[in-house]
Amino acid sequence: MMPLCSSMLSVLLASSSLISLGWADVLIIVIYFAMVLGIGYYLSRYTKTGDDFFLAGRKMTMWIAGLAFISANLGSLELMGWAASAYQYGILATHWYWIGAIPAMLFLAIVMMPFYYISRTHSVPGYLKLRFGESARMLAAISFALMTILMSGVNMFSMALVMKVIIGWDINFSIWVSSITVLVYVVLGGLLSAMFNEVLQFVLIWAGALLVPIIGLMEVGGWKGMVARIHENFPHGDYTHLWSTLGHFKDNPMGIHWTGIVFGLGFIISFGYWTTDFLVVQRVLSAKDLRSAKMAPIIGSAFKMLVPFIVILPGLIGLAVMPGLVGQDQAAATGQPSYNEILPLMMARYLGPGLLGLGITALIAGFMSGMAGNITAFSTVWTYDIYKPIHLAITGQEVDDRHYVRMGRWATIVGIVVSIGTAYLVEHAASIMDYVQALFSFFIAPLFGTVILGMLWKRATPAGGFWGLLAGTASSIGMWVWVRVDPRALSIIAGSPDAKAMAEDMYRALWSWLICVAVTVIVSLATRPKPEVELVGLVRGCTEIPSEGHLPLVKRPIFWAAVVFIAFLILQVIFW
Amino acid sequence: MHEEHGISIWFFIGSLLVIYGLIIVIASLPALFSPAANPHIVLAHLHAGLWWGALMLLLGIFYVVMYWPAKKHERPS
Repeated sequence: MMPLCSSMLSVLLASSSLISLGWADVLIIVIYFAMVLGIGYYLSRYTKTGDDFFLAGRKMTMWIAGLAFISANLGSLELMGWAASAYQYGILATHWYWIGAIPAMLFLAIVMMPFYYISRTHSVPGYLKLRFGESARMLAAISFALMTILMSGVNMFSMALVMKVIIGWDINFSIWVSSITVLVYVVLGGLLSAMFNEVLQFVLIWAGALLVPIIGLMEVGGWKGMVARIHENFPHGDYTHLWSTLGHFKDNPMGIHWTGIVFGLGFIISFGYWTTDFLVVQRVLSAKDLRSAKMAPIIGSAFKMLVPFIVILPGLIGLAVMPGLVGQDQAAATGQPSYNEILPLMMARYLGPGLLGLGITALIAGFMSGMAGNITAFSTVWTYDIYKPIHLAITGQEVDDRHYVRMGRWATIVGIVVSIGTAYLVEHAASIMDYVQALFSFFIAPLFGTVILGMLWKRATPAGGFWGLLAGTASSIGMWVWVRVDPRALSIIAGSPDAKAMAEDMYRALWSWLICVAVTVIVSLATRPKPEVELVGLVRGCTEIPSEGHLPLVKRPIFWAAVVFIAFLILQVIFW
Repeated sequence: MHEEHGISIWFFIGSLLVIYGLIIVIASLPALFSPAANPHIVLAHLHAGLWWGALMLLLGIFYVVMYWPAKKHERPS
């Protein structure tokens, strides 16, 4: 054991270009790994049935489900990436946390959650099976499983690269240690273990990252002092207004129009991700009752609204105190520091011994919570939506629950091995990363169109659901290819010659959603609908939603959703 | 939080905060007596490590006591 320990320590203490760790920092990181493994081992005794392994026994409180819901999304690439975007685009990056999240999360809680929860589905593709039949389920399940596992590998490699740049860790070391740790605690405790660790990781992310904006604001003289210094450093750009520069594509550093932000991001992409991506929805399905399932996204949305404080603000403070950071390509060519590392740069600027280890632990925790989220969602969709129907079709007989738990554990192992393989593939062909990220975006918007019509429109038929989903996805892929073949196509898709790359995603999502909805409606009107009796528990108008009228106001989800939404509106006005 | 049995997640979190708080306070003490210990840290004279570590320690103790496994407690919902 000793040679292994000493070699691990030598990797952990390796010198780097950005940050050097001391004994306290290393100790904090090592204790973190021990703690998450310990939690996995401890919880393994409670994971026996399929519901335990895949849905944490459906016994989670609203707080655990809500914090895990938000933590699974709060990956370290999210933290690093949006801090870098804040440096690049200014406060506009906040749109991805506010209009790009809050309305959708509240919509999930109040409108969609009752149908997911009452239908007792194990997954989002599982809901599609109940509502639209096997074809739509298989299409959604296979695309989700494939993309989730590839994204997990891409994130794994990106994180290993970040660790190499920031603290000099060997890429192989980062990939294998973090993967094996996630593997052990997910295989042992399933979703229960993943969610417990996500809550722990959520606390660590805040504990490790919160000091940076606090000390940063003290250095620059508060918000007003920061804005003044940014204007001094960048007199020709507006980096501190959320909406007032979105009147024209040319007026803001992102090259986007407010319609793209409101309809593309705020409506389609955001609703698509937060209401149909099983990675996050799975956490809410684990809630112990319908009220908890509705409250969980509302709790998550309140914390989501605060995340810009630890992600966007460090990027903005960076604009004030570290002007001159450059993009990745220029950094690689000139050796100058890149704004992609703004978050660790700010940590190195303000955090002393111990605190730095906590900050790095926050990044590792973010990575592991994101990876565990991907893996648990993958194993559930694989087991229930791909393996189970195929197994049933081949053998013609049901098998017991333990069989599926074993399959879930194997899917976890295989999923992580495929992720590791993807990570090494990306290492040797970096362009794969762009393709995988693009592939993921193809499915989100059309899937939202299919699910929302399925929940709210009784007349939507199985054929309509399947062909709408297929048409929306195909059109999204088609538009992406069109822009790659002829870059001028971007101006047609976005409706302006001044549109930049960021606008492409917004408008492609919008168009693919519209196509999905149009095809679903047309095909549905031309085909025979399901009898209403088969839609009970699945569709609005055919499902009795339990009343909350007997509850005091402060216990009603709708009340807290209204509170969060009003806070969201106030923030838009303050930072207009 | 597992509902029917077992140790609360908040106990694990409290324990970790206690351990981390202690480590950070101890690691930050040398800078208190030797102001030039961390010359590259901006606003090092604020001794952020000390008060942040102490805050984590206190918060951790609160959660450990509140959710001590042997103690019967309400669900943290």
